[in-house]
Amino acid sequence: MPDSGSQQRDPEIAKSVPVSDEVKYTTCYMCACRCGIKVHLKDGSIRYIEGNRDHPVNRGVLCAKGSAGIMQHYSPARLRKPLKRVGPRGSGEFQEIEWEEALATAVEWLGAIRARDPKELALFTGRDQSQALTGWWATQFGTLNYAAHGGFCSVNMAAAGLYTIGGSFWEFGEPDWERTKYFLLFGVAEDHDSNPIKLGLGKLKGRGAKIVSINPVRTGYSAIADEWIGIRPGTDGLLVLALVHEILRAGKIDADYLAAYTNAPWLVIDAEGAADHGLFARGADGAALVWDRKRAAIVSASDAEALPALTGERRLPDGRRAVPAFELMARRYLDPRFAPDAVAAETGVPASTIKRLAVEAAHAAFNEAIVLDQPWTDAHGRRHATMLGRPVAMHAMRGISAHSNGFHTCRALHLLQMLLGAVDTPGSFRYEPPYPRPIPPAIKPAGPAEAGKPLAGSPLGFPHGPEDLLVDAARKPLRIDRAYSWEAPLAAHGLLHLVVRNAWKRDPYRIDTLFLYMANMSWNSAMNTAETMQMLAERDEASGEYRIPRIIYSDAYASEMVAYADLVLPDTTYLERYDCISLLDRPISDSDGAADAIRQPVLKPDRDVRPFQDVLIELGARLKLPGFVDAEGKPKYPGLYPDYIVNHERRPGMGPLAGWRGSDGTAEGLGAVNPQQLERYVEHQCFWRAEIPEEARFYKFANRAYLDWAKAMGFIDRADPIVLQIYSETLQKFRLAAQGHGAAQPPPEHRERVAAYFDPLPIWYRPFEESDGSADYPLHAITQRPAAMYHSWGSQNAWLRQIHGENALYIHRATAAAHEIADGDWVSVVSRHGRIVVRAKTMEGVNPDTVWTWNAIGKRSGAWNLDPKAAESQRGFLVNHLISDLLPPREGGYRYANADPVTGQAAWYDLRVRIEKAPAPTQVSEPHFAAAASPPLAARPSILRYGAKFRPQAKKT
Amino acid sequence: MTSLPSSPAPKRLGLVIDLDICVGCHACAVNCKEWNSGGIAAPLTDLDPYGPEPLGVWFNRVHTFEVGEGAASRTVHFPRSCLHCAEPACVTVCPTGASYKRAEDGIVLVNEELCIGCKLCSWACPYGAREYDYDAGVMKKCTLCVDKIYNETLDEIDRVPACVATCPATARHFGDLGDPNSEVSKLVASRGGYDLMPELGYAPTNKYLPPRARRASLEKDTPAELAPAVPAGSGGFLAWVDRLLSG
Repeated sequence: MPDSGSQQRDPEIAKSVPVSDEVKYTTCYMCACRCGIKVHLKDGSIRYIEGNRDHPVNRGVLCAKGSAGIMQHYSPARLRKPLKRVGPRGSGEFQEIEWEEALATAVEWLGAIRARDPKELALFTGRDQSQALTGWWATQFGTLNYAAHGGFCSVNMAAAGLYTIGGSFWEFGEPDWERTKYFLLFGVAEDHDSNPIKLGLGKLKGRGAKIVSINPVRTGYSAIADEWIGIRPGTDGLLVLALVHEILRAGKIDADYLAAYTNAPWLVIDAEGAADHGLFARGADGAALVWDRKRAAIVSASDAEALPALTGERRLPDGRRAVPAFELMARRYLDPRFAPDAVAAETGVPASTIKRLAVEAAHAAFNEAIVLDQPWTDAHGRRHATMLGRPVAMHAMRGISAHSNGFHTCRALHLLQMLLGAVDTPGSFRYEPPYPRPIPPAIKPAGPAEAGKPLAGSPLGFPHGPEDLLVDAARKPLRIDRAYSWEAPLAAHGLLHLVVRNAWKRDPYRIDTLFLYMANMSWNSAMNTAETMQMLAERDEASGEYRIPRIIYSDAYASEMVAYADLVLPDTTYLERYDCISLLDRPISDSDGAADAIRQPVLKPDRDVRPFQDVLIELGARLKLPGFVDAEGKPKYPGLYPDYIVNHERRPGMGPLAGWRGSDGTAEGLGAVNPQQLERYVEHQCFWRAEIPEEARFYKFANRAYLDWAKAMGFIDRADPIVLQIYSETLQKFRLAAQGHGAAQPPPEHRERVAAYFDPLPIWYRPFEESDGSADYPLHAITQRPAAMYHSWGSQNAWLRQIHGENALYIHRATAAAHEIADGDWVSVVSRHGRIVVRAKTMEGVNPDTVWTWNAIGKRSGAWNLDPKAAESQRGFLVNHLISDLLPPREGGYRYANADPVTGQAAWYDLRVRIEKAPAPTQVSEPHFAAAASPPLAARPSILRYGAKFRPQAKKT
Repeated sequence: MTSLPSSPAPKRLGLVIDLDICVGCHACAVNCKEWNSGGIAAPLTDLDPYGPEPLGVWFNRVHTFEVGEGAASRTVHFPRSCLHCAEPACVTVCPTGASYKRAEDGIVLVNEELCIGCKLCSWACPYGAREYDYDAGVMKKCTLCVDKIYNETLDEIDRVPACVATCPATARHFGDLGDPNSEVSKLVASRGGYDLMPELGYAPTNKYLPPRARRASLEKDTPAELAPAVPAGSGGFLAWVDRLLSG
């Protein structure tokens, strides 16, 4: 035995061994946050991935997902070679084929479609971070059936924001972490955006700002909030309108801000029954009119000399009445039905709490206002000596967006922000370039499709009125997902959740090929998962043909969707390819600067796989799509995606990347193609950032310096001020159409619905699934994103699955007791649509009327190269089986999508259930699906000794 | 049994973990695993990594649990790793000298060449900080990234433990807790940092910062509700609003 004498000297340790042979900078893809990373390579393998301290998104930190990138990269679930289906759909039986055969097959299928009718191709790209390319490819192909996953995710947030303030939460803006004193977080679990929120919360806590989290479930961020408000799901909009009621009642509003920067003073025509009732009164130049208090006259809203009134009925020159939008708004929300006492029962939030939140928000905004000593000039040329700030910031995400009332709830949030003067002022929500943009955004959705021709514009866009919808002469949808039809008029991100059913149903028409990228539509990305699996695999009885004739799928991993494809195009991991994180797509800017980034290949693939973007460009060239070939029909981007990233111009001077443009590489934003652009990015840690000039950092919608800067950068076409919209004339145009006005009117069966939900002011209504007041399903059921997982990608990761390898149904302790359910019991969860049997866990920190679980942990047995007995498929589960993709039949039998009636956003948080103790104990959650055959994959190791070869060796002592 | 250093240096390197802002995201745990998978204790073996019962070596684990009931209940995220105690029973219990506390900085390490895998140290540690590698047959544990914090091939700013560098909420701090003037010691003093289970007498070096008092309201004297802008029943709110306007 050693004693103290024998242990005087500590053993030698290899403390200073070089970590790596080489460090490569790139961009993370372990979630949608897109942090900068440094990848340390040693002996040709990844030694370590860490956050890039210089990167504007993550400032050096890296979350659990990003830190598990090694296991994602080396996962045995990686596909290895193109696959051709040889067994029946869903069997998982494939044959490996060469790329030439794969590409030739795709070209044969797609070429025939394009010549016949391009809309027979539906291209939906899931969690795509290259939508600027994939959307443009769809345009050049000529199909309007294109979208990514936003219809599931956040289109209510994006659309409500873009139609209201010209920006939105998540990627188009952020809280002023440095200055805010009161932060309201609505419906945010881990998701969006991951590291910046965590960094920000740490800052707020350090400064003593108050954080209030409004969320039915107390996990991650809610657990450290100063106050957690366990609201009943789907009632956030009502809570927000009660706050609006309170601050209006008390006059705690920023009237000058409303008069100067919003359409609150714009006069709204009051002529019930007329075709322009509820529209803005406009002058001959088309500009809205206001009442000028100084001259006691009706003048143009753009008249810089005007002192616009917020209230008061006026007579228009034609004798009709008009009132400022503010007055319409105030009359509505001052109504006692929005009083805290009136909404307390519905929201589950005590009236005293709501009243106190209003006191606090008003206190922060007006008693603790910030004045920045920063002179600036507004868009009318008026010089201001300082910048006045309202340090109340808000952020919201899925708890708001994934409800059928999410669009209006999000608009209500923006209304509250505007009333407090808390949009892009110091201490409030702040835009991130290229936002703000004109309201509504200029791009409209393009259609119809024509044989052999590109689409006239982008498949996705923003209708300005009923005339911009994609419907045919019979007013039926032009798109397979019914986006931009009367059923989902402002469906700015498409409806991924309707594609499989409608393709199966051949409604409104038959498509030939469903082409999916990174969209796990036979599993966690589908509502009504079991039936979706059947629809993907069902044959037409008469012809024997699959009802969805062809399915092409691209993914890096053997996800559940692979088994349903006819042709599988294996993608690379995120460390094996070029990508661009483009301002034309989903920007990574911050509120003080514009930024974009690239991924560069850190390692060469050891499998016969290709980047999906390379494949798409190759297909474009082989199909001779315009833009993908030159005048002689030769490929325009022979270097594939990196070639495109550098040389593609959306319009002269505007390309996928904004940095190091121009022939000498000194231009930013706009500039000629720079052949050395990628090299410059690699030299600069794979990102570019341009600081917004100091005087341009707030009031961006009306800040002359910002608007001029943004125009010079190519973010906006004209440097005109952007007027925030408390009252949405666009929505009123749809309502008027539903009331029988104008050339484009909804068919009779949709009129009532359009009239009801296209209210120009925010409304609250019960989520559809709950609207019949049924007592059979008394509980809400929702999911939360775990901090250490990103959809199904995370739960196959050898490290992350040790953190969340299975999920339970979390139930409030009192609710569980009332059902005689104890921890670990198996319970049936029953919805109108289905039943699952899962394990229960009780807790305190959840709204008593709500049960919940983690998102996307459950896996199909045998998928992702996990052992068929893996916990994810035995005890893990999806609530998706309980969620219908359609609403119950209405009169006449028609079933609308289970979605927001304005945007078509999937309403998967609307779910209502009942729970009961399972009749018999079990060991496996239900439903359980037999494993499909696995495509050829690497062997699963039974022991993982990753890193053993890197172990530094100390000198022997 | 193994002795502690007879004349330890005053330097006591350790971590300060802020429970006020830890959101329980597991970034520290995974980044620790990633760094140390190639470090001096490599590999951090994972048994059955894709099977029904994956079992890996982790030097840092985050526990999330609730305390209290009803309105008083709280959710706590609690990262747990070796506390590098001043009086570590895991060292004194070691029959071979494998488990030791460094004299120069107080880091508790395992010399795998001497470890016989008897697991006495894991029984002795009340904090559950020891991790047995069944494949290698030796005990492993948090090294405080001794191969990173002293690594002269790294920039000085990067010479901090992986868990500290990566923490997205900046809830983790590293430094010399033996120096009362160090940043971490000052942080502990100002925030009331505490020892985990001090009554056991192991004198942990790592400290936890308790959650700050929650801000129930913005200031003491805020009213329960906002006062109406105009007297009730006067019906004059809309007429009154324009008086808020400048000019």
